[in-house]
Amino acid sequence: MLRPAAPISSHARRRFLHRAACLAALQALPVQADAGALHIGLTPVFLDDQVSFLGQWRSWLEQKLGRSVVFVQRGNYREIVDLLRAGKIDFAWLCGYPYVRYRRELRLVAVPVWRGQPLYQSYLIVPADDRRSRAIADLRGKVFAYSDPDSNSGYLYPQYLLTTMGENPSSFFSRTFFTWTHRKVVEAVGVGLANGGAVDSYVWETLAEVRPELTRATRVIDRSPLLGHPPFVARGDIRPADLERFRAVLLGMTADPRGSELLGRLRLDGFTAGQPSLFDGIAKMAARVGQK
Amino acid sequence: MIFRRDLSLRWKIPLRVMGAVLGTAVAVTAALVVWEYDEMRQNLEGHAKSLGRVLANTLVAPVLHDDIWRAFEILQSARETYPAAPELQAEVVLVTDADYRVFVSTQPRDFPVGSSPATLGGAYAELRAGLAGSDALLQRVVEPADSPIYFVMSPLVADGVALGHVILGYSKVSFLPRFAGLVKRAAWVTLLVLLLIVPISWVWAARTGEPLLRLADAMRRLPDDLDESLLADLPESKDEIGQLGEAFQRMVGELKHKQELEGQMLVSERLAAVGRLTAGIAHEINNPLAGMLTAIDTYQKHGGARDPMALTIMSRLERGLKQIRHTVAALLVETKTQDRPFSPLDIDDILALVEPEAHVRSVSIRLDSTIPEVLPLPATLVRQIILNLLLNAIDAAGENGTAAMSASVEDRRLVMVIENDGGFIPQERMDTLFEPFASTREHGHGLGLWIVYQIVKQLNGELAVASAPGRTTFSIGIPYDHPA
Repeated sequence: MLRPAAPISSHARRRFLHRAACLAALQALPVQADAGALHIGLTPVFLDDQVSFLGQWRSWLEQKLGRSVVFVQRGNYREIVDLLRAGKIDFAWLCGYPYVRYRRELRLVAVPVWRGQPLYQSYLIVPADDRRSRAIADLRGKVFAYSDPDSNSGYLYPQYLLTTMGENPSSFFSRTFFTWTHRKVVEAVGVGLANGGAVDSYVWETLAEVRPELTRATRVIDRSPLLGHPPFVARGDIRPADLERFRAVLLGMTADPRGSELLGRLRLDGFTAGQPSLFDGIAKMAARVGQK
Repeated sequence: MIFRRDLSLRWKIPLRVMGAVLGTAVAVTAALVVWEYDEMRQNLEGHAKSLGRVLANTLVAPVLHDDIWRAFEILQSARETYPAAPELQAEVVLVTDADYRVFVSTQPRDFPVGSSPATLGGAYAELRAGLAGSDALLQRVVEPADSPIYFVMSPLVADGVALGHVILGYSKVSFLPRFAGLVKRAAWVTLLVLLLIVPISWVWAARTGEPLLRLADAMRRLPDDLDESLLADLPESKDEIGQLGEAFQRMVGELKHKQELEGQMLVSERLAAVGRLTAGIAHEINNPLAGMLTAIDTYQKHGGARDPMALTIMSRLERGLKQIRHTVAALLVETKTQDRPFSPLDIDDILALVEPEAHVRSVSIRLDSTIPEVLPLPATLVRQIILNLLLNAIDAAGENGTAAMSASVEDRRLVMVIENDGGFIPQERMDTLFEPFASTREHGHGLGLWIVYQIVKQLNGELAVASAPGRTTFSIGIPYDHPA
């Protein structure tokens, strides 16, 4: 699934490609580390399909960082994680689950603050017309939609829940499938393709504001304990100055007029430096699921 | 039936043409509509089949990888609406696995993942029956009789093995609204065309029938009104109706000729009878008359007693008897007497004779004679004819009128035409025109034309008269091959 990195022959070409990326297809952008540009991997831990918003955010970041910024998007979390671990990108907005898994290789940069805390939940949702189901136990033998196998809220939590119930997560449902984004879990459950799904509470709540008709077709039957919000992380060998710079820019978003406007569109209060221990809850769940 | 057969051509022809026009319009429209219906069905089926093939090819990978969401997204995009042709949108799209279980569908609530559509029964149970056997690898169109939906089934084939099927379900009636729109449009167009063609056809058809109507009208006037029938405005074309009109004209002409001939025969028979009667009476009168005159003469010459009163009476008797003889002589036209031949100069003489009369009446006289030589015809009789007719003409022409005479020789015949303007002979007088004492004039004894007629007949000649307001013409032809 990796696209071969094409050599960039000139600065002009790169600029052109940046603009093209802003306009339409960020995913089509070739990946190349250093060369002065900062490469930031994005995953669907937020509503990453708003192209115009990403363009504005990128130009704001470029202005604050004094460097060109390239957003790198991929079809699933794993590719971003692999790019990060391979040092092909500098930073990434990742889920807490892959972070705790590769905690030693990665460095925590900042954690979004949502509704006053750097925490969020996993929501278990069912179609709104399913009035019967009250808990995940009611979905036995049904079709279940996960977002991504590397997602905490969209995969790890339901797996953990079933494991603690003594169920085998791989046989509890009749069928499961991945939609690769939280938003599409909402859609799949909304149209009834899946009888249940697991979704990021931050994405669900944001969708409830921007596309209420999608969330209205679903009903939340279970909320996980509060867990560490998907953080910004950096590759392990990042230069400390770059890390600090980027962290300062993120933390400074609230103080900046345009930055806070962008945060408003992200429905976030801001960023906090955060501690790796914030993700211990996720690590515990991962350990439990890993043990079986 | 009776009504239809008896209907006038005035209506029959246009109505039949209208029938033909309407029938054609309806038939053509119906044919087009049926053709269009077929075309639409075929298009729809073609579209469904190609969509089915594309989907089947595209869905192989998601099915192999068990990627339900990807497959669902593909189905969603395939079901995008085409506002211009809503009938092209599938009602339902199912992707089934090899066991006819739903892999994914566009209606997950009706066809949950992993369920068997056959449990819905009806058409979906029928579909399953078709999946077995050698047909499994072929694309098929299934139209269950009792279902409002028909299906296009495309196999999902990977490496020669059927993984399952893409089943596109289309409403059988979805294209009916569009079809109804089409029919409506066709009907409007037909109506517009008819609005244009119907009046033209009607006029054209009415025009076709019109000559026949005129002919029929002229025929209806037969046989009482020959002149009107002859004058009727009949078609003058070369087609059958034209020929019919021509034949009709000919027939009417002959009828009229026959009628005229009959009239003439009647007149000449009557005149002949009158002639015979007159001759008989004259003969019977002449014998005693001659005796009486001789007796009076003898008495006057040798009568002994010279009784003045007797002489006066005798003289009066003699005058009366002479007048009778004169009248009888006039009635009895005698042509057997020896006479000198008619010379061109005789005409000048006659002119000199009638000129004073014409002068008195302010009538101008035109004379046009081309007689080249002396003709073997009795001069006195011919002169009498001309004199009588010319005096009549001057009389009829009236004040400031014109009388004309022409004389010529044609084919050994003396032809004379005497004309006048002014007064004319009314139709009711024509039949008795030449009879003696038939004159309606105040003066004259009414024997002039009778004498003319008798002379002409006895000379084996012909006489014709034509009179209309403003012009009266007497035409006379006398042969002189065999002088009488």
